[in-house]
Amino acid sequence: MDTVQKSKQYRPKRYSQKASEVKSGYLFISPFFLLFGVFGVFPLVFTLYLSFHRWDILGETEFVGFSNFSSILFNDPLFWKAVGNTFSIWALSTIPQLIAALLIAFFLNQAFLKYKSFFRLAIFMPNVTSVVAVALVFSAIFGTQYGLANYILSLFGIESISWSGSYIGTHIAISVMVMWRWVGYNAIIYLAGLQGIPKDLYEAATIDGANKLQQLLYITVPLLRPIIIFTVVQSTIGGMQLFAEPLLFGEGSRSQGLTMTLYLYQEAFNRFSFGYAAAIAWVLFLIIIIFSLFNLFLTRKIGSS
Amino acid sequence: MHEVGENKLSKIALYLFLFVSAILSIFPFYWMFVVGSNTTSAINKFPPAVVPGPNFIANSIEVFNRIAFFQALANSIIISAVVTISVLFFCSLAGFAFSKLQFKGRDGFFIFVIATMMIPPQLSLIPNFMIMTNLGWVDDLKAVIVPAMVNAFGVFWMRQYISSSVPYELIEAARIDGCGNFRIFLNIVLPAVRPGLATLGIFTFMMTWNDFLWPLVVLKDSSVHTLQIALRTLNDVYNTDYSLILTGTFLATLPILLVFLLFSRQFISGLTEGAVK
Repeated sequence: MDTVQKSKQYRPKRYSQKASEVKSGYLFISPFFLLFGVFGVFPLVFTLYLSFHRWDILGETEFVGFSNFSSILFNDPLFWKAVGNTFSIWALSTIPQLIAALLIAFFLNQAFLKYKSFFRLAIFMPNVTSVVAVALVFSAIFGTQYGLANYILSLFGIESISWSGSYIGTHIAISVMVMWRWVGYNAIIYLAGLQGIPKDLYEAATIDGANKLQQLLYITVPLLRPIIIFTVVQSTIGGMQLFAEPLLFGEGSRSQGLTMTLYLYQEAFNRFSFGYAAAIAWVLFLIIIIFSLFNLFLTRKIGSS
Repeated sequence: MHEVGENKLSKIALYLFLFVSAILSIFPFYWMFVVGSNTTSAINKFPPAVVPGPNFIANSIEVFNRIAFFQALANSIIISAVVTISVLFFCSLAGFAFSKLQFKGRDGFFIFVIATMMIPPQLSLIPNFMIMTNLGWVDDLKAVIVPAMVNAFGVFWMRQYISSSVPYELIEAARIDGCGNFRIFLNIVLPAVRPGLATLGIFTFMMTWNDFLWPLVVLKDSSVHTLQIALRTLNDVYNTDYSLILTGTFLATLPILLVFLLFSRQFISGLTEGAVK
């Protein structure tokens, strides 16, 4: 919304609306709309159509009304398990991740700090790694029999944890993968925001006797709010779409790693129930919207009181 | 002087915190190489090998024998390069129209473009797979390239960039000299927004390189696998042979890591610019 207002502001003194300008304008934006029409609009409509049908691999269709939706909502414990897993992994990965990112950014922003660009580079590096690579290296680290994680635990006299066999083990392992890949990204985004906060605000607060923690809570966090909202919404959308990590790490014998998108993928491409999978896609979309709005509401509250 | 770390102790604590964060960020890359350069039996014991071993070359040859690594590398490069070039061209073209040309419904169309970013890709996954099946594009690189040739984020990014860094006077002057709109785009706008193009380019290249779900659905035959899909195959077939799997992972990560280290300054500053805009 902000951008549209900006466009008004940028608009120059009036130009005569030449016909050629109009023609070029439509021509230049047409590739996006062409592609979006074919691979965006049509699929949306078709997913809606599919979700009201039973459609198998042979292409036999049968109109079933809302029955796909009602079985998902009321008669599919596996789906709800996937929803629970997704939210659990989201919370385990996002909350510590954003707090860590905020701390890292806060420290990186200190004027006396040396080797700033080295720290920035090192901390951001995980983000360019592919999810597949991340999932594979952490699968090795979280191996139950000979994994590094269990070895380190054994040094402290802690018994081996069955990472891929237990509910909490799987959730922690997958959350660590997500965290590792995204902490640096969020820290860099926060750092950009921090650099926009005027220094004299902190100086004034120091004169008024506020300590560091108070400054962080009452100056930094409120002023960073738009950026915190941005990162929360982004990680919500990303977290709800978690797919590659559980696929490669293994969902476990009791489906403790099954996420919503993985379930959708399995229904569509392993069991070929396209109609049912299409209905799952819509439910998923709804959950993402509702949860994003909820988080938006929650983060808006931060610091506004 | 009004900062954290005024005294020595908290300064040390701060450095320690950042140092540990940096180590944790780098360690998995190191671990990839440690496991990839040892034999599986050296890894599968307590305590495990914690320094690189002598087996990296042997493991690499084993990886090349078991999966079509170089074919997958070539596929990844082709897909990422074509998508990146096409995204840069079409997105800046649209960005130019949205910021500098006057036509009816312009702002409405632009809001529409932004709104499409809200749609999660899962929603169109199945119909898109059916489209590809009908076009006969399953197991064809086109299936990954064509839908990605222009995207909403890129249009948004380039519009913001062009509207803030190309003055109208420049365009007006070119018009007086008799330049058409496309000539203006090629000769005036593109050279002026090179930094914006670079950031979007690196970003697009990495996103495409690392993409997993869609290629997994449409690229089934091993001759069209991207690196990510080939790694997945390696993992599926040699489930517990971590030396082999992580050798492959290390080899597949190396190119993108080099690209990143080469352009890191551009990339990180571009990213922060976009976030606070």
